Amino acid sequence: MSERHDTPTPAGDRAPGTDHKGSGGLQGYVAGLGFAVILTLGSFWVADTQLVWQPAIPILLAALAIGQMGVHVVFFFHISSGPADTNNFLALAFGIFVVGLIVFGSILIMANLNTNMPMSIDHLMQMQR
Amino acid sequence: MSLADALTAPVEGENETPISERGPAPIEVVVGFGFWLFLLSDIVIFSALFAAYAVLADRTAGGPDGLKLFNRGYVLIETGCLLASSFTCGLMALAIERRTAATTYLWAAVTFVLGAAFIGLELSEFIRMIAEGAAPTRSAFLSAFFTLVGTHGLHVTLGLCWLVVMMAQVATLDFRPVVVRRLLCFTLFWHALDIVWVGVFTIVYLGAHYV
Repeated sequence: MSERHDTPTPAGDRAPGTDHKGSGGLQGYVAGLGFAVILTLGSFWVADTQLVWQPAIPILLAALAIGQMGVHVVFFFHISSGPADTNNFLALAFGIFVVGLIVFGSILIMANLNTNMPMSIDHLMQMQR
Repeated sequence: MSLADALTAPVEGENETPISERGPAPIEVVVGFGFWLFLLSDIVIFSALFAAYAVLADRTAGGPDGLKLFNRGYVLIETGCLLASSFTCGLMALAIERRTAATTYLWAAVTFVLGAAFIGLELSEFIRMIAEGAAPTRSAFLSAFFTLVGTHGLHVTLGLCWLVVMMAQVATLDFRPVVVRRLLCFTLFWHALDIVWVGVFTIVYLGAHYV
């Protein structure tokens, strides 16, 4: 690393899933499998356990699932936040943004409609008769 | 090295040509990035199905609910099959990088068997549920369930067909660049299905308690 630039040097881009030097080839896959197995078994264990405060379990399950998705992205897709991955990473960030909008937006809107609709469907059906 | 240094330091081995004069990116990068965008759009489709499921999960219309229908041990075995197949798919990617056909066939075969086992388990689960009267027409919950899990299963089935086609291409065309690029896309597709399955088993199967 000799000379400093005023603007970051845009590095050559890298396709997802190709960097076997950065994430350690076989070791990377073994590590990914190990983490994924631990997180999966953790999820199934947490869902049944009595050791955890029960209302916290859905949050814990969500955290474990998001963690496992992260493990898959890093160890199987080899997506990093490095300069060669800028485009891949930005696309991923936008994908997560759209997924979040769709899922939370739908749930929020439908719950809102549910509470604000004074009549139930059964009621409407009776009125039609 | 501080963060500012890391951001501004030139990448090692990078030539000094400005980005505007470098010409288009290599074709592997363009193909890989395009397929990555496709996968993200596919995940957006799944997110819509997940949203529909989350909204409809408690609309059982007096029919059976998830707690009654789902068997956790069974789902754990399905998950294990798919996760292991994702791992062997990664080993196949390493074999492709070394251009060793025999190892590629071996890991492709293991990946195929594990994926087919997953599909077999899922289909028998569907058949059992329908036999118990929990068909997609029974309630909104079951419509959403079969749509979400069935779409994932359809993806896995198409992935298995794709894997067979790719092995035929390796056999006939050898590791020429176009075949290697397609194989890269296949491995990305297969890993993406595993990511979607993490959402399925968490929200559908483990979340059945909290509907």
